[in-house]
Order: sequence, then C-alpha cells, then structure tokens
Amino acid sequence: MEKDKITTTDNTQISAAKDNFYKEAFKTFFKIGASTLNGRHTQLQIIQEEIVEKRKWIPQEEFTDIVAIAQSCPGIFTVNISLLIGFKLRKTPGAICTCLGTVLPSFLIILAITLFFHQFMDVPWIAAIFRGVRPAVVALIAVPTFMLAKESHITLSNCWIPIITALLIWLLGVNPVFVIIAAAIGGYLYGKFIKPTE
Amino acid sequence: MIYLELFYTFFIIGLFGFGGDNSMLSLIQTETVQNHHWLSSADFTNIVAVSQMTPAPVGISSATYCGYTAVHNAGMNGMMAVLGSVTATIAIILPSFIIMLLICRMFFKYMNTSITQSIIAGLRPVVVGLLAAATLLLCNVDNFSQPSINPWQFFISLFIFLATFIGTMWMKINPIRMILYAAFAGLILLY
Repeated sequence: MEKDKITTTDNTQISAAKDNFYKEAFKTFFKIGASTLNGRHTQLQIIQEEIVEKRKWIPQEEFTDIVAIAQSCPGIFTVNISLLIGFKLRKTPGAICTCLGTVLPSFLIILAITLFFHQFMDVPWIAAIFRGVRPAVVALIAVPTFMLAKESHITLSNCWIPIITALLIWLLGVNPVFVIIAAAIGGYLYGKFIKPTE
Repeated sequence: MIYLELFYTFFIIGLFGFGGDNSMLSLIQTETVQNHHWLSSADFTNIVAVSQMTPAPVGISSATYCGYTAVHNAGMNGMMAVLGSVTATIAIILPSFIIMLLICRMFFKYMNTSITQSIIAGLRPVVVGLLAAATLLLCNVDNFSQPSINPWQFFISLFIFLATFIGTMWMKINPIRMILYAAFAGLILLY
C-alpha cells in the first residue's frame, strides 16, 4: 500500500509518505523488539506477520532469503533481520531506524533492571528465587544444544567437532574466537580441496 | 580506558557471535567472566535468566548490564555508567550493521557461492560445540552449590535442572512457565 502511494502521488506527498514510513517502521520494530518471546520461531513468526503479511513491506520469497542470511551471519538474530529489512527498504537511514526500534525496548528494560539489580539481590527472598532459577536456566541452555545437534545433522562421523570444541573451551579455557576462526578456515579448505575430489 | 575496553570486547563478541543468541553465550561468558571479571558466574546466569523472561536477547542484555557494572565498579557515577551501557550495546550491534551493509551493497550474490557455503558448513558443527561449552561452563558451584558445602541446595538444584530439562525437552512446557516453577521452588525450598 505504501509503495502504491509513492508511485501515484506528487512530490510533496512522497516526502510525507517517507516521513510516515520512518515513524511506522520504528513503531513496528519497536513492537517486535518489545514482544519477541524466546525461541527463534516465535520471534520469526511475529516478524513475518508484521512485515510480510500485515504491512507487505517485503515479499515472502525475499523474506525467506533474509532469514537465511541473518541466520548464517554473526550477531544477534533479530538485530540482523531488522538491519537487512531496513537496508532493503530505505538504505542506511532505514536500517538505523529499524535497528533502533528493535534494540531500544530490550536496552531500556535491562537498564531499568540493572539499576536496581544489586539492591534486589540483597533481599534474601529474591536471592532465593534466583538460586532456584539458575539451575533451570542451565537446563534451558542444555536443551537447545541437543535440538541444534539434531538440526545440524551431527552424526557419529562428525560428532568429534562439537565435542572437541566444547572441551577446548570448557576445560582448556580456549577463547571461542579462535575456535570459530579455525572452523571457518577448516570449512573453506574442506570445501576447496576435499569435496571436489570426492 | 574502561570505555575502549568495553567497546573492543563487545565488538569482538558481535563480530564472532555465530549461530544465534544461545551460541553467543560461551563467547560472552569467556570474555566478561573469565577474561575481564566484569561479572561473577552467578551474575552471568542471573542475566541469562532475566533475558529468558524479558524480550531482550542475551547479547543485548549482557552488553547493557556489563557496560553499566564495569563503569560503576571503576568508581564512576550513574550517568557515566549508563554511558557504558550505551557503549557496549552499540559495540555489539556495530559488526552486524557493517556486515549487513556490505551484504546489501555488494555481497548479496556471493552468499550462495560454494566458498561461503563451505565456510558456513564448517561453522555449523562448531556452533553445537559452542552451545555445549556454554552449558558446561554454567554447570559450576555458583549455580548448583556443592554436596560438601550445601548438600540441600545442591540436590534441589540438581532436581530443578533435571525437571526443567525433561519438561522443556520432552513435555514441551513453555520455558517461561518452567522458570516461574523454578522461581517458586527456590522461594519455598532455598529461602
């Protein structure tokens, strides 16, 4: 709808539509940033609903590409998606706008919590709650490990890679940065020299 | 300079944080807990817990929290500490911003080449390892206590861990609800 307006109206209205766009994009992504529940798929569903279905800013096929790129690049998933959509729609200003919208709710919530966190933790019953919550959180990180292993097609022949990675970081205190660089180089060399001869 | 250190650390985390929010955890933990001592291991788990319950991704919440705490611990006042939060949060987003800009401007067509695909394929199993490392790093005295120090807390913790694991893995209970159960258990049993 937004696009139709731009093509059919005169210049003054184009700039008005643009201003409206930034406002609306910020609002939309602020809403997404404030409502992203945990778990990648729920986040994705909310973004898809808002961007593809409701506002029709991006067609479905392009959105699928964007998700694939956002997943394979480093960084925070939602931030990557909002940046890509922002760049697509309005170049750098658009990306700054969508990114701010996504990050601001999280930033403000956590800042507010941080300001009172230490006073909170001195209250005995709140400390007790967190003593109960912490083991649960460890489990909530353990579960996706197994899910991801299944999704990433980890089999008996390549399960040594995640095991070695985990042991290097956990027992030897190797910085994950080096492991990631090694993996990228390994993947590159494997693709270049080993795969073609198969 | 605390601000430069914050910026550099979180820039690195943003640049190498492959594989989604949870895989970033081991990177964040190594940098902020082990290398810089900005937080204790228990603090770190508390932040992860807060992230699970609020819309905030772990990357943003740890940047915001560390930025504030690091500057505050260096003896500066509240406003300067908020500036630390802003610094760290911008630093963790900046690599994404640059990479996405490059992809949109020129590399869009290179995303499907065999080189990019084989690099991504090489990273995939390692990301599983990163997540496993994050789990193992969190299995420590700060989060579980120890049978010799406080056997009651240790066994309750172990029970909460197993219950949450089974509940979310097989019974598909909502994680946020599971955290609320654990909070209740903590209030009743560990007060």
